[in-house]
Amino acid sequence: MENKLNITENKMTVTFDGISENEALARVIVAAFATRLDPTLEEISDIKTAVSEAVTNAIVHGYQYESGDVNMNLYTRGKDLYIEISDNGCGIEDISKAKEPLYTTKPEQDRCGMGFVFMEVFMDEVEVISQVDAGTTVKMKKCIGKEA
Amino acid sequence: MNYEIKNGEMRVILDKELDHHNASLIKDEIDDMVLQGKVRDIIFDFEKTSFMDSSGIGIIMGRYKLLKTLDGKVYVTNISGNIERIFVISGLYKIIERK
Repeated sequence: MENKLNITENKMTVTFDGISENEALARVIVAAFATRLDPTLEEISDIKTAVSEAVTNAIVHGYQYESGDVNMNLYTRGKDLYIEISDNGCGIEDISKAKEPLYTTKPEQDRCGMGFVFMEVFMDEVEVISQVDAGTTVKMKKCIGKEA
Repeated sequence: MNYEIKNGEMRVILDKELDHHNASLIKDEIDDMVLQGKVRDIIFDFEKTSFMDSSGIGIIMGRYKLLKTLDGKVYVTNISGNIERIFVISGLYKIIERK
């Protein structure tokens, strides 16, 4: 008997404290969730980098190191992985400015202004939704197996 | 992170992952040594490192700026696949040499 699972949809929601220790945890969770799509090592690395950037932004910029929840909403559609990372922090006043390479509001903290650049380079789609004093959501999509 | 200082050259042996969390932990330790006048050049050694994000770029750039004011230099060494891509995309090789 053929025992083949043909599930193409899956989902997972995680909420964690916006503290820097959880950056590594967020990367590992997303990498584990993506495993079933059979990604290459390079694809896993792309995803982990993008997740790390988005979660770091939530902690450093969204919450400015004050406490708050970071929410990760993950789901798959076929071979497409969707990642939504949101905070209820201060929000972004000018999204296109924030996305500019090398632009940062925190140069004194050694932020290099490359976070959104990396998200855009390593993922297939990136959308940023933000409202001042309400929070920010970063929606990203990665098509797994595109290069194969 | 581990480090050793020989003749004013500080070799920083980075951990498995270099993200915002780890970067903020090692930054003060490095700057402390530099500001005590014990360090002229820094070599960031990535031999054990398999993950880095833009926070890693930030900490290297920050040390580059600090040492430039003291006539010192920053180098990187033992860079592998994924980290190489991060370096190339960020343009870091325009100012930082490999060793």
